[in-house]
Amino acid sequence: MDKMPKWADVVLIPLISLILAAALSALVILGIGEDPVAAVKMMVSGALGSTYGWGYTLYYATNFMFTGLAVAVAFHARLFNIGGEGQAMLGGLGVALMCLYVPWPHWSLALIGATTLAALFGAAWAMIPAWLQAKRGSHIVITTIMFNFIASAVLNYVLVNLMRPKGSMDPATARFPEAAHLPTLHDLLAPLGISFSKAAPANVSLLVAVAACILVWLLIWRTRLGYEIRAYGHSETGALYAGISPVKITMITMLISGGLAGMMAINNVMGEAERLVLNATEGAGFIGIAVALMGRSHPFGVFLAAILFGFLYQGGAELALWTSIPRELIVVIQALVILFTGALDNMVRMPLEKLFLSLRRART
Amino acid sequence: MMDLMTLIPVLDSTIRLSTPLLLACLAGLFSERAGVFDIGLEGKMLMAAFFSAAIASVTGSVWLGLLAGIASSMVLAGLHGLASITFRGNQLISGVAINFLAAGITVLIAQHWFHQGGRTPSLIGAGRFSPIELPLAGPLSGVPVLGPVYSDLLSGHSVLVYIAFLAVPATWWVLYRTRFGLRLRAVGENPAAVDTSGVSVVGMRYAAVAICGLLCGIAGAYLATALQAGFVKDMTAGRGFIALAALIFAKWRPWHAMWACLLFGFLQAVALRYQNIDIGGVVIPVQVMDALPYILTVVILAGFVGKAIPPRAGGEPYVKER
Amino acid sequence: MSDTSPAIELRGISKAFGPVQANKDISIRVMPGTIHGIIGENGAGKSTLMSILYGFYKADAGEVFINGRKTEIPDSQAAISAGIGMVFQHFKLVETFTVLENVILGAEEGRLLRPSLARARKVLAELAVEYELNVDPDARIDQIGVGMQQRVEILKALYRQADILILDEPTGVLTPPEADHLFRILDNLRAEGKTIILITHKLREIMDITDTVSVMRRGEMTATVKTAETTPEELAELMVGRKVLLRVDKAPATPGKMVLEVKNLRVRDDQRVERVKGVDLNLRAGEILGIAGVAGNGQSELLEVLGGMRPATGTVTLNGTTLKLEGRGSDGQSRRAAGIAHVPEDRQREGLIMEFHAWENVAFGYHHDPAFCRGPLMVNAALVRDTEAKMEKFDVRPPDPALAAKNFSGGNQQKIVVAREIERNPDLLLVGQPTRGVDIGAIEFIHKQIVALRDQGAAVLLVSVELDEILALSDRIAVMFDGRLMGERLPDQTDERELGLLMAGVSGAAA
Repeated sequence: MDKMPKWADVVLIPLISLILAAALSALVILGIGEDPVAAVKMMVSGALGSTYGWGYTLYYATNFMFTGLAVAVAFHARLFNIGGEGQAMLGGLGVALMCLYVPWPHWSLALIGATTLAALFGAAWAMIPAWLQAKRGSHIVITTIMFNFIASAVLNYVLVNLMRPKGSMDPATARFPEAAHLPTLHDLLAPLGISFSKAAPANVSLLVAVAACILVWLLIWRTRLGYEIRAYGHSETGALYAGISPVKITMITMLISGGLAGMMAINNVMGEAERLVLNATEGAGFIGIAVALMGRSHPFGVFLAAILFGFLYQGGAELALWTSIPRELIVVIQALVILFTGALDNMVRMPLEKLFLSLRRART
Repeated sequence: MMDLMTLIPVLDSTIRLSTPLLLACLAGLFSERAGVFDIGLEGKMLMAAFFSAAIASVTGSVWLGLLAGIASSMVLAGLHGLASITFRGNQLISGVAINFLAAGITVLIAQHWFHQGGRTPSLIGAGRFSPIELPLAGPLSGVPVLGPVYSDLLSGHSVLVYIAFLAVPATWWVLYRTRFGLRLRAVGENPAAVDTSGVSVVGMRYAAVAICGLLCGIAGAYLATALQAGFVKDMTAGRGFIALAALIFAKWRPWHAMWACLLFGFLQAVALRYQNIDIGGVVIPVQVMDALPYILTVVILAGFVGKAIPPRAGGEPYVKER
Repeated sequence: MSDTSPAIELRGISKAFGPVQANKDISIRVMPGTIHGIIGENGAGKSTLMSILYGFYKADAGEVFINGRKTEIPDSQAAISAGIGMVFQHFKLVETFTVLENVILGAEEGRLLRPSLARARKVLAELAVEYELNVDPDARIDQIGVGMQQRVEILKALYRQADILILDEPTGVLTPPEADHLFRILDNLRAEGKTIILITHKLREIMDITDTVSVMRRGEMTATVKTAETTPEELAELMVGRKVLLRVDKAPATPGKMVLEVKNLRVRDDQRVERVKGVDLNLRAGEILGIAGVAGNGQSELLEVLGGMRPATGTVTLNGTTLKLEGRGSDGQSRRAAGIAHVPEDRQREGLIMEFHAWENVAFGYHHDPAFCRGPLMVNAALVRDTEAKMEKFDVRPPDPALAAKNFSGGNQQKIVVAREIERNPDLLLVGQPTRGVDIGAIEFIHKQIVALRDQGAAVLLVSVELDEILALSDRIAVMFDGRLMGERLPDQTDERELGLLMAGVSGAAA
């Protein structure tokens, strides 16, 4: 029997987890001798108080939508893809190749080309762990972790030895040509008469990310493939009975997941840095885990959670700039969110289930 | 062909670099053999590295530092136990959370305490573990071959190095020769068998997780107070994951774990010493050395060279059922 | 006898799991040196009761008395100390350990293993002689058969000096000869003064070996009687609460054209062990072939191969067309396309996705059906309508398509599966354990549906471990033992005794 109503599962539990994480974060801020209320105020004004702040918040959120969707899609097939980081790195490589070596006539074509290769590279990087899981039973969590490190070594090699412009000491590619420059929100909103900060990096990739949320929703909840992915995620023997191939689902799901993670690169590499640098992903692949957990693996939840984390990132950067609270505060908050919404889920859930059960008893 | 004089420094640094891997690997072995997967070795090491360096720096005593490091690592281990044993949460997600928690909180506290951009002051004197001269290392150094091996390679490490390597036979003995070991292995294979035998599954798993915390604590303390002189941000640099790789590579067996850690330590030592290696005209870039432990582990996991089968109940929270 | 106190006395035990009341105010007295049977249908609450006695679950209310003394049993350790040993239905053994290591686990003496192992070796040798409990102490559990594994479980209990032994459905996985051996062991134990509680849903076992029997129904203890003073019929009635319909009303079969031909079918399981060892069978339209056998003799694998869940070698033809048995084109989708429907043995793990809505489950396996799809999309409204129709026809309660499968009772879950499969009008229907864990009303309904499908001209292959069900439904009966078919019988020319012998692998059974 369902132990509690659906709304409690979907809304109440994440909310309580979030409050717990926030309360503990406040304690941490108190612990390092700062004022949590002032900190929150500064975060809000820094991240949401100006179009500049929003521009950064949405820029980060775009990254997290892609990586959060990547983790969420895999979760539906009960696969835990910790490899978003590596897949996003490879996606960056795909973007760099497309932008540097193809003479694009217009940014929109460049975006299509870059998105495609980024997704392909990300998917390819997820393919080997997926194949090993599907065919050899190698634990995908471990293999994707290993592939993050291998990706980082590959990127290091490529940037240092192959793509670094002659004479440059910096392990990074050359700057992308002007034609590959993506319009920022400032450029997009100006024709509509809305003025938006020119300096903020949020760009057209945000729209791609939102489209990705909608498409993933359609995929998971409305298509046959999504039906098969969910069925496989709930019961492997059931999938076998229904003629759903575990190998096929594992492969396809991970390819989609890796592709989504790879697509993040159109935002951070093409939209912001406009060249590929070492560690361009800055841990966004891992934040995808927190975002997917927080968003209960639902695309709409992922969308909201990504914006929340975008806010935390931009707010955290503001804190680091104006107070003595280091940026790592965000890492702590992120850890607490993962802890409460993921690992300690039952700590919140068990008492709530008891509560709802006794409420139901009282009613009957 | 390398001669002894070039080989010994490489091997010497192999031993030093293997030590934290080995301690963390054995830590993971205890936890995973009891059925609790731990991808949070990295975080526990990092936490211990910071607290050991911080306390050693404040008190001037490396031993107090070591204790603080162990204690902090064990707190995280307790958190992992709470999530994965008591609340039957996802052990992998808990591990991820612990890694982030450590990465964030160490810098936060370091900045608050020392204001040096997330590092501790450099440790000096009694704040660090100093090398131990093994008996007769001096007089024997003149003996050809064996002399340098003994006095330059085996002698002159910190006490934690010797503890790490002694922990290997100790782990083997505990696992295979004691009641505790029998129950620990059983709880990782079939917790229901342990439960119906009247032994507490929860107790056994917490004990295993505690030992894991202890060993990770020593590993972290070694990093910050023996291998290096103080804590810097993210100083574990993926060692927890290499240790995890070594554990899989060793198929969860103590002696094999030692060899795996020595191998991975050797790769690190070579990568540290030579940028690119030229073997018969083929240049191996340093990035290959960096990636090799991970590649080898994937190969082993793929089962092309002997399959790595984890403990059967690993990763699964124990729920009573008929 | 009146002045000896019972070995075990339970008073007013109640236990609920969430909204489900598994045990309701149960009281029972088990006298020392006897074998006390507890009989009841699946889900009657027998195992829960024994798990409470073994400290595995905590009762919500009630008291336990051991040898006349009130005893608290908060955990298994307390039960062991009180002299209770338990042999679970699913053995609790560490497969990678040896017999000896399993026996001492939790009962070691001292912190080092060596002395414990030596002592256990000696004790095991003594027990082997005393009770016919021979097991190689150094064999690894995953390398010995289930019969042996069960002996290890009994040895574990005896090594802990249990005076009271509880066995939960001990013969479910055993062949009849193995079961006979087990009963000899139990006889020996009783002769030594041990008290035994035997939980089973098999009447024959109760009649054969117990001194006293208690009947459970829906979490309640309905009666306790002396075995010598009762009959199987009376017990059956007590179990289900009304007269059992032993025969299903059905017209004689009118077999038509050949539908299914199986030749030399061989199947290996995931551990590469051969489980089906060359099976030949054929099945015509309009008849039901029942496959009887003890669980684990290859019937499940046979069904899974035909349902496309597992690869095999040999030849299988359906309506004259050869089916692929491995690789592409051998999966469940291809089987459904060929006209095979499949009611699987385990509806919770196979036949349904428990978290899915009923309407999603009605498409399960048929989700590529053009009636439910538009391009790559699924048309949910069409599914909901289809589900409503099926729910009405099969009297699924509650008739709510949006309810998740896990929120239906066992019988209604099974009705959803049966409705989905039968309404496809298959040429061949595979049915595995159609009424396992299903209440009696639903059993009758499901049986009638299966017969109706046969009468419409479908071929039905029925696998069941319940002999009653096989006898009631089948037009022909084949018995499977150790991966082979042991010959065929007609239901009106055979009986449970003969089938039982065949199930034990005695092929020369008198016809």
